Amino acid sequence: MAIRRGRGVAAINYPTGMNLGGDPTQALVHSTPTGNFMVTLSSVDLGQGMKQIMAQICAETIGVPTDRVVVDTADTDTGPHCMGTFASRGTHRAGNAVIQAAKEARQVMLEVAAEELEVNASDLETDGQGNILVKGAPQKSISIFDVALSAHFKRGRSISGRGMFLIPRSYPEKETGAMKPSTCYAHACTVAEVEVDDETGEVTVLTVKNVFEIGRALNPKMVEQQLVGGSWMGISHALYETTEPYYPNRDHGGTDFNQYLMPGPGDLAETEIIVLERPSADGPYGAKGPGEMCANPQIPAVANAVFDAVGVRIDTLPITPERILRALKAQAAN
Amino acid sequence: MAKVPVQFTLNGSEKAEFIDSGTTLLNALRDKVGDTSPKGGCHQGTCGACSVIIDGELRLSCLTLAETCNGTAITTTSGLAEGGVLQPLQRAFLDTFATQCGFCTPGMIMAAKVLLDHTPNPSRDEVVEALSGNICRCTGYEPIIQAVLTAARANSQNAA
Ligand code: FES
Ligand code: FES
Repeated sequence: MAIRRGRGVAAINYPTGMNLGGDPTQALVHSTPTGNFMVTLSSVDLGQGMKQIMAQICAETIGVPTDRVVVDTADTDTGPHCMGTFASRGTHRAGNAVIQAAKEARQVMLEVAAEELEVNASDLETDGQGNILVKGAPQKSISIFDVALSAHFKRGRSISGRGMFLIPRSYPEKETGAMKPSTCYAHACTVAEVEVDDETGEVTVLTVKNVFEIGRALNPKMVEQQLVGGSWMGISHALYETTEPYYPNRDHGGTDFNQYLMPGPGDLAETEIIVLERPSADGPYGAKGPGEMCANPQIPAVANAVFDAVGVRIDTLPITPERILRALKAQAAN
Repeated sequence: MAKVPVQFTLNGSEKAEFIDSGTTLLNALRDKVGDTSPKGGCHQGTCGACSVIIDGELRLSCLTLAETCNGTAITTTSGLAEGGVLQPLQRAFLDTFATQCGFCTPGMIMAAKVLLDHTPNPSRDEVVEALSGNICRCTGYEPIIQAVLTAARANSQNAA
């Protein structure tokens, strides 16, 4: 009886969003009379940072500071349609819709500015600080504040735009069965090191080293935040979480946080996160969906590490001490 | 059901309410007093989201009857910022990105505040121990541990 060490590796290829039915999301953008911009969505920010990212995307597209953008989310009664915040699709789908809406709003904004400055709209550019300048003659400029006032009270224009992102549904080809389930994939690779006590079946994850390829990190700190949390969740899925250990008999199922286990602050593995940025072709400013993907590779990596440590393949999650001991017993019997 | 009077100070101001006997402090704070910073996660003492400080001690408000709090001084996360200025502990949660959905955050901050009040320079193990009654679904805990250690450093620099 001993503590045995093992190391496992796993790599994943993870689609952003889903294709069944086309996966649409819409967005609306409009300016207030003082030149702030409002993004209306029915996508949800549940802590992953949707509001911040959509504000950044809208600000970048229109050419204003991020704090000039307000994002309203999550009301499906009043907001433009969104399929939902799941499948790592929020940034990619809603972000693309916001870009399209913001471009349309920007065009109206430049047209109003052009009338005020008596130039051609195509000769104008934004400085990212809230001003519109004549290209090559920056002394000739107007603030977006004044443009919005003019649009609202003088020119009778609505500085607004509509955005829609829809990947048409892909059906399998009759002959080959080939189809295109997604247009954008994130990738990850994890190496996990574990210790397995072959007497108790207990697994301790010592280290998890993750590399994530997530397209452009639109907000690097928030991406890191997702990845750190996701890596922890992956270990939690691999070793702890289940409501129904004896499915379908729920008699011994977890009913509360005393029984539904997750690693606590004292159970953390040494975690390393490396981000590779390879901008995606169809993502907003090159983004992909890091959300769900980041909690996946740890699971097969831990399973492989357990195999490396004690020679048993556990193919049912979570990898509980009981499952390991049963497998060890079966192995010894053979 | 007969109402019972209860009086305590909440974040420095006097509160007096008539409540149903048996009301938890969590429900009294949220529904009667209107302080929604303590969160109801499990209502049975296992998640820590409802943590408040009563007379300097960390307590689970979901397991505390409001009527037992007569004459006490209660602190919640909503009482920490002074005049809109965040305390170093709150600032540290922002700076280390220790919040995602934020549901656990008020409880975490309460637990961390009691730790730092008693142990201004805690070790990592002491931080882990202090947070171990609080569940977070989002962050993986490491950013929260870093927030508390960062706040401890900020406090000791201010003191120096
Ligand atoms: S609500 Fe009090 S411990 Fe969960
Ligand atoms: S930030 Fe969501 S539970 Fe902790």
